Amino acid sequence: MSGGVDSAVAAARAVEAGHDVVGVHLALSRAGGTLRTGSRGCCTIEDALDARRAADLLGIPFYVWDFSERFREDVIADFVSEYQAGRTPNPCMRCNEKIKFAALLERAIELGFDAVCTGHYATLIPTDAGLELHRAADNAKDQSYVLGVLTAEQLAHTYFPLGTTPSKAVVRAEAAERGLTVAQKPDSHDICFIPDGDTRGWLAEKVGTATGEIVDRTGEIVGTHEGAHAFTVGQRRGLKLGVPAADGKPRFVLEVRPVSNTVVVGPKEALAIRELSGERFSWAGAGPVDPEFDCEVQIRAHAEPEIARAYVTSEGVRVVPEQPLNGVAPGQTAVLYVGTRVLGQFTIDRTVSAVPVDA
Amino acid sequence: MQHYLDHAATTPLRPEAREAWLDASAIVGNASSTHGAGQDARRLLEESRERSAAVLGCDPIEVVFTSGGTESINLALQGLWQARPAGTDAIVMPDAEHHATMDTVEALVGAGATLRAVPVSRTGAIDLDAFSAQLAGAALATALIANNESGTLNEAATLASSAEVAQVPLHLDAVSALGHVPLSFRDLRGDAADAVGLVAMSIAGHKIGAPVGVGALVVSRTARLTALLRGGAQQRGLRAGTQDVAGAAAFAIALELAELERETESIRLSEMRDRLVEGILARVPAAEVLGDRVRRLPGNAHILFPGAVGESLLFLLDMAGIAASTGSACQAGVAEPSHVVMAMGRSEQDARSVLRFSLGRTSTDEDVDAVLASIAEAYARASGSGSAARS
Repeated sequence: MSGGVDSAVAAARAVEAGHDVVGVHLALSRAGGTLRTGSRGCCTIEDALDARRAADLLGIPFYVWDFSERFREDVIADFVSEYQAGRTPNPCMRCNEKIKFAALLERAIELGFDAVCTGHYATLIPTDAGLELHRAADNAKDQSYVLGVLTAEQLAHTYFPLGTTPSKAVVRAEAAERGLTVAQKPDSHDICFIPDGDTRGWLAEKVGTATGEIVDRTGEIVGTHEGAHAFTVGQRRGLKLGVPAADGKPRFVLEVRPVSNTVVVGPKEALAIRELSGERFSWAGAGPVDPEFDCEVQIRAHAEPEIARAYVTSEGVRVVPEQPLNGVAPGQTAVLYVGTRVLGQFTIDRTVSAVPVDA
Repeated sequence: MQHYLDHAATTPLRPEAREAWLDASAIVGNASSTHGAGQDARRLLEESRERSAAVLGCDPIEVVFTSGGTESINLALQGLWQARPAGTDAIVMPDAEHHATMDTVEALVGAGATLRAVPVSRTGAIDLDAFSAQLAGAALATALIANNESGTLNEAATLASSAEVAQVPLHLDAVSALGHVPLSFRDLRGDAADAVGLVAMSIAGHKIGAPVGVGALVVSRTARLTALLRGGAQQRGLRAGTQDVAGAAAFAIALELAELERETESIRLSEMRDRLVEGILARVPAAEVLGDRVRRLPGNAHILFPGAVGESLLFLLDMAGIAASTGSACQAGVAEPSHVVMAMGRSEQDARSVLRFSLGRTSTDEDVDAVLASIAEAYARASGSGSAARS
């Protein structure tokens, strides 16, 4: 129970469904702030208090469990090292993979619980082949993307009571009806451990700054920057290029080279990717029957899914979208859908540009 | 059935204290008012102060009622620091003090004080020689009589006499010791010269069955101390604010009863505690008792469960109806790794694997039985779980 409205209502529904429910708030930061401001941050003392008051109202026991050390190692350190490697990580996904449905679930099972129940918007559908993970009924709130990393074993010990709810407004109304004080609490959006939302500033503090070159695809220097880690593929803002492009068109980050601390920029067309692949993959439930299949690929939490063909080989998963994709950055997670079903995911290691680089 | 083994956190209100509070609460009148109603309130307040002083071995004028232990400690440390002798800036503080002391001293260090730390032994006892050696020229010194976590008792008389010899004002935190060990402010102070030696001693009501919200700082008549709260001349000007007559009345009776029962309760609780400790060690052979085996609070069992996650143990015991504690400070429900356990030379990992069971007036053999019935399985589960198994 994060202290937000979703987990409070999820807990309420679990209680009502007759489960023996215990509320757990994860303390993920040791130096948490005291009060919350708007949609930023989490793990504040106020959030823990809100979660406790929701549990009080539901009449369930409530505990705060400290996973801050695991979170620091598995999520925050990973986030920093991924950026340092020129990749674009998704810390929420990592948290689901390593903390909520791993460290917490493991402890819960040890302590005698059957499952972890969360306020995520996603649906689990039982089939003969086991549980399937599907998108939520409310497309606007769907969080199946960040759960794409869960495995069959994890799904078997998971409940998402909010997945079938038609909209967040219904959840808020239900919270208000139940007298939960968090009914109107703003949603969290930013990365929870960067409470001011300034990812670039936060990273600069963690890894320091170092002046490097911004080059175009021909290798010509068109500007400088204060650290390649602050850039992500597809980024346009914040480049501050001194030399305008010959064609006068805006330029975008095409590639981040952490070893040489270089950022490569170019026109929007050069962002188009015709193929992406990755070695690290998992299946959310039963895997694909055929090594080659039609699917949709989604590369960010709020990106549109794109029609694609997937190929599973001994080296990993390769995906060829029907139309080239823009803004694909190594480190991002590609989640594969078949209809509303999440089939699985891979971390993008390699992309192939749709436009030859020497253009 | 609920089994409460966290008397060190707070112990049940004594019925007599509750009655005294309710009776006193019916009296209308501010004890500082000069009319008859005020005089009635004042009479009960001063009677309560006298009765408290009789138990504490001090003069009534030396009892300054406060809101509890934290305020008393703050008043003592900040007050002594503000009124410190010219040319002094050092504060002598052992490593395993309560957060009320540590955090106050930390703030004073931020305001220009220098800290002279004193190590504690592996059993959590203050190193008396080191304490004594740090005193020369210090602005003030502070020490616990009984450690709230480990239960280890320190030699209060030795601490007081070394402060007297060094001519340094000393504050003793007697919050955990109150009601469990003989305490006479007068005896501990001895013949110390004005404003040095033992000058202040903190106590709290809810540790002995008075309500939460009343405590006292015993302040010797010659102590040099500046008030924290301003706005009135109450209590020698050391603690402004309308005086809590009902709280004082409840505190006085609780003090008397605690002192009356002290010797028999000490024996009863020690025996129960020993059975608890031996039973745990028999069921969890890996467990280890922390703190001094002999010189410790009678109701305290402070036990290391190697490899177990403290919060999992607490959870499993709670599910079995048993209230225990890690003993260490909490923020928003998260137990910090205990600085006391680490000051005793243990690792941070160990500091997260410690439970404190504390017995008190209402403890029964059934409470001990309940722990012994649950502890082996709780330990097995809590030490198999995620984060401990991983690291």
